[in-house]
Amino acid sequence: MKYMHIVWKNLMRRKIRTIFTLLSIFVAFVLFGFLMAVRSAFSMGIDLAGADRLMVLNKISIIMPLPASYKERIKGIEGVKDVTYANWFGGYYQETKNQFPNMAVDAEGWFRMYSEFAVPEDQHKAWLADRQGAIIGADLAKRFGWKVGDRVPLQATIFARPDRRAWEFNISGIYDSPVKGTDKTQLFFHWEYLNEAVRSTQFGNQVGWYVIKVNDPEQATGISKTIDTMFANSPTETKTDSEKNFVAGWAKQIGNISLMTQLIAAAAIFMMLLVTANTMAQSIRERTSELAVLKTLGFGDGRVLWLVLMESCVLALAGGLAGIGVAWLFVTIVGDPTGSFLPQFFFPGTDVILGVLMVVLLGFAAGAVPAMQAQRLRIVDALRRG
Amino acid sequence: MLSQIVAVTGVNLRSLRQRLGSSAVAITGIAGVVVVFLGVLSIAEGFRAAMAGVGDPQTVIVMRAGSDTEMTSGLSGDTARLIMDTPGIARNERGPIASPELFVIVGHPTRKDPSDANVPLRGVSSAALAVRPEIKIIEGRMFTEGTNEIVVGKAASRQFANLTVGSETKWGQNRWKVVGIFDAKGSAAESEIWCDARVLQPAYQRGNSYQSVYARLENPEGFQAFKDALTSNPRLSVTAIPEPEYFAAQSDVLNRIIRTIGFLIAGLMGIGAVFGAVNTMYTAVASRTREIATLRALGFSNFPVVFSVLSEAVVLSLVGGVIGGLIAWMAFDGYQTSTMNFQSFSQVAFAFAVTPKLLMTALFYSLVMGLFGGLLPAIRAARLPVVTALREL
Repeated sequence: MKYMHIVWKNLMRRKIRTIFTLLSIFVAFVLFGFLMAVRSAFSMGIDLAGADRLMVLNKISIIMPLPASYKERIKGIEGVKDVTYANWFGGYYQETKNQFPNMAVDAEGWFRMYSEFAVPEDQHKAWLADRQGAIIGADLAKRFGWKVGDRVPLQATIFARPDRRAWEFNISGIYDSPVKGTDKTQLFFHWEYLNEAVRSTQFGNQVGWYVIKVNDPEQATGISKTIDTMFANSPTETKTDSEKNFVAGWAKQIGNISLMTQLIAAAAIFMMLLVTANTMAQSIRERTSELAVLKTLGFGDGRVLWLVLMESCVLALAGGLAGIGVAWLFVTIVGDPTGSFLPQFFFPGTDVILGVLMVVLLGFAAGAVPAMQAQRLRIVDALRRG
Repeated sequence: MLSQIVAVTGVNLRSLRQRLGSSAVAITGIAGVVVVFLGVLSIAEGFRAAMAGVGDPQTVIVMRAGSDTEMTSGLSGDTARLIMDTPGIARNERGPIASPELFVIVGHPTRKDPSDANVPLRGVSSAALAVRPEIKIIEGRMFTEGTNEIVVGKAASRQFANLTVGSETKWGQNRWKVVGIFDAKGSAAESEIWCDARVLQPAYQRGNSYQSVYARLENPEGFQAFKDALTSNPRLSVTAIPEPEYFAAQSDVLNRIIRTIGFLIAGLMGIGAVFGAVNTMYTAVASRTREIATLRALGFSNFPVVFSVLSEAVVLSLVGGVIGGLIAWMAFDGYQTSTMNFQSFSQVAFAFAVTPKLLMTALFYSLVMGLFGGLLPAIRAARLPVVTALREL
């Protein structure tokens, strides 16, 4: 650390160049942070999917329903700890552009299944008691300014009411979650409320999908098979898979966003590597005679190498860490840039660590060649050249 | 003055070769930005082209009032009949050119991956091809009405496993036989599979109901009259949308996501590249301090010096822009892929499109980046006090 002063002086000899190099590195790492948040948004919370949860869907297609009567039969299967179900409602608030996930769920078991959604005890009780009640995510509450006690109309797209009016819900509670990246943009209401109104239509006594909790994740594959065999050759066959595979399949259908963001991030960081290396090379070229003087004064080859490396590392660290910090602030405070389409838009901790590693790597890589040149410099040649 | 500009700029550009290293850095930086910019926007452009490219204003889609996608619409058989009898629809010898349709999705594996993707399956009526003149059967034949035969869009056949003419597939309890492949001039319809609506109804427990009616108008100007005729019918509660508008609305969400993220990424990279270019140009100016000072001592005025530095930056950025554009065009243009459209939950195949317009935009941006990058160093070069500059180095 005692050479910090020399490193500092060297960096300050061409302030503008140092500033612009810093800024390039800074921008590259802001971009890195942003891309990692995009990647996590499009992986759709796959890391949060419960390993002990299975999804049971209609085998033909996700839009086809399953009979509500399957619940008891699934419950009877050995190894199944809990069963709950939901139906996609697909309503919107006032205008079609105000869409968000809203589902009719099995009130009794839903929040027992999804324990990561934290609902205050009294609000949960109030919800169970109110058939028109709904529990909404904290982000959704913020988006429309809804509070507990509000009465909210939703326009139906699939389940038109016989009288064609909007469906009305009372906000009974708001869920939040300590886990980063949990989708807090959803609205859940009583499946009974929906079923009551559509009982006489083809949607009566139907659910969209079942969610199952198993005692032991190791047995998940076997239980999936048991369920699918149970309903094989019936008019409504099922397809059971782990929640993780379901989410992964969904994310995969959107396309390989993960690979794309990684390619872009790699391109950006490589560009910054070039810029920084170029700057370092240039500043070493300019200082050839100074380095020779340092060596004449008794600085060893190794020490000169370290001086140059330190200089490029200081540049990389200052710019890179600031970039990661700003990206983190942006992603945390501003959040989803598309408004509300990407609820899992956040900067995962592992990627922050990865970013810091990249910063250090950039510092060493950019300084390597100039540092080696400085190390090899022969005093006589260098002084003569200057 | 002019001769000064030409002379100094000429010297500058000719000496570029001696600064090859740092010039290459600037060029690579700008080329990188252009590649990413074009890559991201060609996705948006290709998706837009697939969704809206061939929408025909003479074709109208009628759905239940309040529905914004076919997925959520529902029309009874009687309603569909009433819609088809509304005046304004073109007719041929078989009656009104209108097709009541069902739109569902089925799980079907892709060629690359054995896990299921959501494939759109459309039940159509006999007039479907007459309603959409742009769609042609290019292999095999149209399905026979009343049978479990299907025709498959070109893109779906390419993207999904086992959907070539002659192959059989099973969804639920029903077996289907592929008898033909159709071309829809690259539009989203090419991602669909078609069958007879009347065969699909019982298979999906839809009774005698449909989700939409596709109708061909007598003339493109007749839309308002047709819409009025529908709304004034007390027995109907439906909305009518011209095909181009409907398709554009269908791609709205995904387009917005791609564009917001794409522009943010390209914007950030652009800023980074400008900083890189500034640095490169400073380095270029710094290494030529004595040369520039000599020029000014000889009597060259400031403007030619500024101009020469700026033009060097612009040339570098244009070279970068062209290289980046070429790479992006070769790497991405026409690249076939598919994604899930958020509004119908189903797969849409499309090709990345690096259009001439996008290329021009990218070149323009690289020019702007070059100008910004060169400006400060150019001013510095002009301001250099001659005496100190000559003494430097």
